[in-house]
Amino acid sequence: MEPVIAIAIGVLTGSGVWLVLRPRTFQVIVGLSLISYAVNLFIFSMGRLKVGAPTFTGGAGASALADPTPQALVLTAIVISFAMTALLLVVTIASRGLTGSDHVDGREDGL
Amino acid sequence: MSWTQHLILAPILLPMVVAGLMLVIDGRSGRITAALGVFSTFALLFIAIVLLAQASAGGAQSAVQVYQIGNWPSRLGIVLALDRLSAMMLALTALLATAAMVFSLARWHKAGSFFHPLFQVLLVGLNGAFLTGDLFNLFVFFEIMLAASYGLALHGSGHARVKAGLHYISVNLVASSAFLIGVSLIYGATGSLNMADIASRIGDLDAHGATLFRVGAAVLGVAFLVKAAIWPLGFWLPTTYAAAGPPVAAMFAIMTKVGVYAILRLGLLFSPDGQTNVIAASGLLLTGGVITIIYGMLGMLASQAMARLAGFSVLVSSGTILAVMGAGNANVFSATLYYLVSSTLAIAAFFMLIELAERGRARADDVLAVTLEAYGIVYDEDSEDSREAGAVVPAILAILGIAFMGCALLLSGLPPLSGFIAKFAMLDALLDQARNGPAPGSAWAAWLLVATLVVSGLATLIAMMRAGIRTFWPSFEREAPRVSMIELGPVLVLLALCVGLTIQAGPAMRFVRHTTEQLAERKLYMDAVLKKPVVTPQASAAHAPAAHAPALPAGARTPVPTPPEKEAAR
Repeated sequence: MEPVIAIAIGVLTGSGVWLVLRPRTFQVIVGLSLISYAVNLFIFSMGRLKVGAPTFTGGAGASALADPTPQALVLTAIVISFAMTALLLVVTIASRGLTGSDHVDGREDGL
Repeated sequence: MSWTQHLILAPILLPMVVAGLMLVIDGRSGRITAALGVFSTFALLFIAIVLLAQASAGGAQSAVQVYQIGNWPSRLGIVLALDRLSAMMLALTALLATAAMVFSLARWHKAGSFFHPLFQVLLVGLNGAFLTGDLFNLFVFFEIMLAASYGLALHGSGHARVKAGLHYISVNLVASSAFLIGVSLIYGATGSLNMADIASRIGDLDAHGATLFRVGAAVLGVAFLVKAAIWPLGFWLPTTYAAAGPPVAAMFAIMTKVGVYAILRLGLLFSPDGQTNVIAASGLLLTGGVITIIYGMLGMLASQAMARLAGFSVLVSSGTILAVMGAGNANVFSATLYYLVSSTLAIAAFFMLIELAERGRARADDVLAVTLEAYGIVYDEDSEDSREAGAVVPAILAILGIAFMGCALLLSGLPPLSGFIAKFAMLDALLDQARNGPAPGSAWAAWLLVATLVVSGLATLIAMMRAGIRTFWPSFEREAPRVSMIELGPVLVLLALCVGLTIQAGPAMRFVRHTTEQLAERKLYMDAVLKKPVVTPQASAAHAPAAHAPALPAGARTPVPTPPEKEAAR
């Protein structure tokens, strides 16, 4: 499972960074979303990967339990990145309305 | 527990509750919201001063005050910790907030909706970041602060603000991702999020965990350096700050210092053996800081608009703090803290002063100054004057001119104001280090830094003089700007505080020296957090309801597997 998760995080981050560096606001937003997905997966994997392990219940020892803290962190991170994406979307719409262009600098190249 | 022990919660709770109230009543800058905002900021100022007195009681041996939210043991729950450094930053925030709030009442709070709630939320984030003792909550408070700052940066709207805001938000969102990566790497290595707990576990990490931890700390450092706007991570700053409204920009003056604070706090805690100074060890901060100073200096010399000049002066201030911290021993550290307070106050005053001085000047002046002077064109005042509140101050140009001179002296570090004392203390400590430094490398670094600081002072002076001459000594007759007392007051109060820092330089320097001593003694902070017992129900029957009684014995470990167990499990 580790290689799959690692490749997924890598691909998400790579595409995200590439998109963030693009000149259109929509690409930047999608790129930031991809980066935040990658980060969420990454936080998750930092609690060590386990399949079907409970977080709290069961009389088993600590090593049989999945780590609950990263799961809580991921929840918080998802909410925050969701809110920030919404906010950025509003700003890009405002920018589009004010400048008439969806370029991140508010004007097309060569103008 | 007496009420003073709960007071540490107030800097976070009060603005949060007030912001909520404002939204329930009416967020759109009505009279009641304005009154609530003023009440909240003044109350915060009072609370911050009380907390500062609490934290600094007992001189160098003053205790670190720890508050366990919900009465959970420190390792399990969320803790707030108040030491001298956080109390100092709280007080500085409250001072700036009060000044900016009063200034905004004249006209700026009506430039767009929801100024007051956003302002309060910004205070929640700032105060929380200074108080929290938990890495993930530091992230949450950073995000609260940033979310509010995005709204405030766009306050008043307009082309320039939206464009600068878009860049600002994008850069900071990427930085927040880096923050999360850093936090989770550190958690993966140490199995804890509590700063003191992490610090106590660093020594026990195996080679694999130590590498993971170091990578995490480095990524975290990058996230903080974006906030502190070190070169090359700070290109977003001058444009954003110049575009933001003056009271907002004045508040933003402390936001770069939050990054600096985080580096200082974590850098001193996360030392592998408790002796090595992580901040100075790599020389990275020194190099980056020096380049930031040079970049900011060139930017100041090149800026035509005063707001941009102020934006670049933020870079110079931030670069100076980072570079000097990165070069330094304990003496240098305390001088840096003094500089931090003085320069933040001066920059905030400068941002507000610019708007007053430029009022009545057309924006085109800056670009076409020569043409305008040649043709003697005078633009009419804009029509906003009719909405101004309060009495109009007479002889305003003279007062503004003197205030501007004060700012110039403070920013360039010339006598007789506190900027000079700060710079003198830093240079003195650096030269001392150059003479008696342990390694020849550090002497070389100290000399480089001394040269950069002196040259940056000169460049600041030239840039400020040019801007001042153009604004206050125009060759054509200009109409005096109409400035009301509540706008001028905050600027003068901030500058008076700098004068106060100059006159009371002795006590102030003693305070920052004790602060540095307390910071260097990281065992103090760790013991205060980790060995703090939970409140037992009997002792706190009057305050804590029975439901809050701890279900776990004091010092109980988390159910989270510790790293060695995790390794075995894999």
